[in-house]
Amino acid sequence: MVQYSQTRLDASFGALSDATRRGVLEQLGRSDASITDLAEKFHMTLTGMKKHVGVLEQAGLVTTEKVGRVRTCKLGPRRLEEETAWIERYRQLWASRFDELDKVVEELKQKEKADGRKKRE
Amino acid sequence: MDARRESEPTPMKNRTTTERKSDRELVVTRTFNAPARIVFEAWTKPELFKRWWVPKSMGMSLLTCEMDVRVGGKYRLVFGVGGSKVMEVFGKYIEVTPHSRLVWTNEEGDEGGAITTLTFEEKGGQTLLVKHDLYPSKEALDGELASGAADGLPEQLEQLDELLVTLGGSVGRS
Repeated sequence: MVQYSQTRLDASFGALSDATRRGVLEQLGRSDASITDLAEKFHMTLTGMKKHVGVLEQAGLVTTEKVGRVRTCKLGPRRLEEETAWIERYRQLWASRFDELDKVVEELKQKEKADGRKKRE
Repeated sequence: MDARRESEPTPMKNRTTTERKSDRELVVTRTFNAPARIVFEAWTKPELFKRWWVPKSMGMSLLTCEMDVRVGGKYRLVFGVGGSKVMEVFGKYIEVTPHSRLVWTNEEGDEGGAITTLTFEEKGGQTLLVKHDLYPSKEALDGELASGAADGLPEQLEQLDELLVTLGGSVGRS
């Protein structure tokens, strides 16, 4: 699993703590977009959107490229790394869920056994 | 009897696997040491479901758990932190085959969400559970991965705790 340094965690967490920025990532997952497109989509000023994109860029989640007068944003190089890490975190979440489910299942099994004994008596 | 139980070895936890099977599919598998009817019951009775769906490491609790497990029936789960709602998921069951198969929609996103198929395969008293999520497009799953990057990571939740303490401490100063 990918190891994250504290600083990088801070940067990603900070970047992902905002609903607009998460929306921007989701949007860029569908297709690349210019800052203007994103500002329009999220009903924001260009300056406001530039700030958000700046935070995402700092965290390595987005890269931007200026061609002529248009700055295009796309998902950053950390995408793949993020994906691997996400799938591992997702596994951990389900593993802890299922460990809890084990307890419920075990209890039901015992209950069924006890009920079965009662019926036979 | 208690003494005997104590001397029994602790059963090994079965392994959970997760895999992105394709551009649009995410699969989780796990074996349970119980017949399918029991595992199925724990997925379909809200009072049981509530007890395991939100492990402590998620840092959240389940405020509402409504499940009408029949074809066309709806479900709704509301998650909270400290009693306030932070997230809601909902959808409907589109296939319900007792003890072997459950299919439901995930409708909380802005667009069409994933379809979840859960199968329970019993073999020798054990049940293999396979949870299969099919997303409407590659982009939808990519988006989920990108936007979900902050989910379920205990360290990050600890950080959030610290952040909240910090914020709590600075209220009134900003």
